[in-house]
Amino acid sequence: MHKKDLSLLVLILVVGTVVALINPRFLLVGNLSNTLNQVGLFGIFSIAEAFVIIIGGIELSVGSVIALLGVLFIDLIVNHDVNWVLAFAIIIAAGLVIGLVHGTLVTRMKIQPFVVTLCGLLIYRGAARYYTEDSTAGFGFGASFPTLEWLTAGRTNVLGFPLPHSVVALVVVAAIAWVVLHRSVFGRYLYAVGKNEEAARYSGIRANRVMISAYIICGGLTAFSAILIAMYTRSISPAVHGSFYELYAIAAAVLGGCSLRGGEGSIVGVVLGTVLLQVLQNLVNLLGIPSSLNFAVMGTVILIGVLADQYISQRGRHGAAKGRV
Amino acid sequence: MPGPFLELSDIRKEYPGVVALDHVGLSVSPGEVIALIGENGAGKSTLMRVLGGVVEPSGGVIKVDGTERTSLTVADAIKAGIAFVHQELNLFDNLDVAGNVYIGREPVYGGPLKLIDRKQMYAWMRPLLERLGADFEPDASLAELSLAQRQLVEIMKALSLDARLVIMDEPTSSLTLTETDRLMRVIAGLKAEGVSIIFITHRLNEVMQCADRAVVLRDGRMVGALSRAELSPGAMIKLMIGRDLKSLYVPPAAPPGDGVLDIVEAVTDTYPDRAVSLTVRRGEILGLAGLVGSGRTELARAIFGVDSLRGGAIKLNGVPIQVATPRAAIEHGIYLVPEDRKSSGLLLDGSIAENISLPDLASYLRFFLVDRARETKNAHHQRERLKIRTPDVTTTVGSLSGGNQQKVVLAKWLSMRPKVLIFDEPTRGIDVGAKQEIYDMLRGLADAGVAILMISSDMEEVIGVSDRIAVMHEGAISGFLDRSQFSEHNVLELAVGHT
Repeated sequence: MHKKDLSLLVLILVVGTVVALINPRFLLVGNLSNTLNQVGLFGIFSIAEAFVIIIGGIELSVGSVIALLGVLFIDLIVNHDVNWVLAFAIIIAAGLVIGLVHGTLVTRMKIQPFVVTLCGLLIYRGAARYYTEDSTAGFGFGASFPTLEWLTAGRTNVLGFPLPHSVVALVVVAAIAWVVLHRSVFGRYLYAVGKNEEAARYSGIRANRVMISAYIICGGLTAFSAILIAMYTRSISPAVHGSFYELYAIAAAVLGGCSLRGGEGSIVGVVLGTVLLQVLQNLVNLLGIPSSLNFAVMGTVILIGVLADQYISQRGRHGAAKGRV
Repeated sequence: MPGPFLELSDIRKEYPGVVALDHVGLSVSPGEVIALIGENGAGKSTLMRVLGGVVEPSGGVIKVDGTERTSLTVADAIKAGIAFVHQELNLFDNLDVAGNVYIGREPVYGGPLKLIDRKQMYAWMRPLLERLGADFEPDASLAELSLAQRQLVEIMKALSLDARLVIMDEPTSSLTLTETDRLMRVIAGLKAEGVSIIFITHRLNEVMQCADRAVVLRDGRMVGALSRAELSPGAMIKLMIGRDLKSLYVPPAAPPGDGVLDIVEAVTDTYPDRAVSLTVRRGEILGLAGLVGSGRTELARAIFGVDSLRGGAIKLNGVPIQVATPRAAIEHGIYLVPEDRKSSGLLLDGSIAENISLPDLASYLRFFLVDRARETKNAHHQRERLKIRTPDVTTTVGSLSGGNQQKVVLAKWLSMRPKVLIFDEPTRGIDVGAKQEIYDMLRGLADAGVAILMISSDMEEVIGVSDRIAVMHEGAISGFLDRSQFSEHNVLELAVGHT
């Protein structure tokens, strides 16, 4: 585990302890299980975002993609009687295509990722609202998909603790992402392109392909989380569903040690970043802080965290510089 | 001619480990055109930066209109009427011509609102445009102007500041012949008005054409000045060289073998109407000399697949190959150690081990994953082989010295059995000790059968290390030299295109 990840873990434990001391309900099984469920749902698309941030890009359309693909998924299985396994595959494929389009626009057309994905944010949100005529999409009476519901939104009792399946999904995704990023050749290429695209090219790396792949992975994982979130909320108001989720994702990645310049960040860090954000969310609820202050609290904690990190790493660098002759 | 208004005497500039200027003197009289010549790295640009107030000299006296100072600030230089026309033009693409000339000094109206008075600005521009015979309007967008026109804009900016001395750093290096002619006329016109010009150039025929005096620098020292009557290409070349080159040369263990890399009529984008042909043989170091901008780096980039070739062919061991990407070149065993190692050679934030294995990760696989133990082991092996001075291979490359960084770039390729190695300025910014180690490494590789193409602007290096030299001039090979013909004089004559 990285030093950065370790200090994040310490921060989470400190915040958690403080919350638990002030309001012991934090530790109730029900509360922990619900918070973990949120971590599972948010963690997957945060990992998706991290892939793009590591290559030095950005993906702003995460929330809109979650709304659009969520609406489509529910529409497919409820109104069009598509087998849910097939619908699942269709939605994942749609996510991959969105990633492919974004990646292609960024690398081949040389449009800045911020611009490409900002347009995506607007387009997919608009498409979702138009598709549902701005009405809420959900499961009607009698519509029931027991297997799917159990798989995506169910909980399994583990030693008396109701473990949400979204967490299981996150653990699997994180484990695979960890191996890919930190142990595979492709992961090395992702970091190399993020650190210095030109040098990566000069080392024979097909930088454009690597970058497009990152956007595709991001799209696919976002689609997966879109399904989980849709099954969890069970009804989707396309105007607000998933809004600001891209910012949760970016915040988690930054907390987890990703640099927006690219080339840095770890999967453990991103997961811990997600945990911290959800604990903070929970803190606002449990401590009776007006929920309108939700974002303000999160913003403040992230800012303090990043400042502290900057301070520590600068001191570290000075120390290293002194050590070197 | 009236006496000099600007006199430099005894100017010195030392950087850690290097003496860039060593007791240089120079005086400038009104209406005088002075050509400043010398090889790459002779100290010409440093001297001009002292005049422009950008570099503070370590010693010496600068006398402007009789007032003595030890250094100038940029504001002093402007006040004294010294203006700089940079090699990389410092202009704003998003402004028009007048906006560029009067930037920071725009005429305003509207009281506290300080709106820009464009009419006034354009009116001021008229006489300037006429003075230089410019063929564009004051409201022309800068983005639409050619390089030559932009240069005129820079000169206008200088004149609008009442410049008495205009310094031009290689003003013709990117101009066409007609544009160069026009610039020469502009220089003559300014001279007639009493404005002095100092221009740095490598093109001796331009010196012949318009200079009153040529001042020659070598290794930071002023080695001579030639008056108008004494000017001749031969005399200038003689002054530019004449350094005692220590013989670094180590002969190859065996005579060179067959041609490994054949470049046949290669055409790059920079010089679309020139073609380059050359052959690098097994076990030889072919030096590629020439002036900065002669198209050597572009050739190297095309061979390595960074840029595409416009025409011609590349053959490896006699077989034509397609090199559309660096990946393709690498698969053929052709590797490049690029000119700018920080931007193109290394992941500065990455570890030594990570950098070394990057182009060849596929060979470190175990069950689809990178075998980090093997990676570290090879990095240690390369560290010892190349004497990379670092406690550990997990060290970040950015914290190493220039010489050690270059060794890491080299280590990347040495792990992969090179057939052809191209070095672009292999020892730029590297201290003397590490230089020698890199030269030894080059010879060792050549003796092991690698064909080496070494681009270098360092005369000592090109003559001391190469087995054979090809010289480029304006996008074409101007000649080949065998060891028996090696001399600074011969290389320089070919490099400046004077034969």
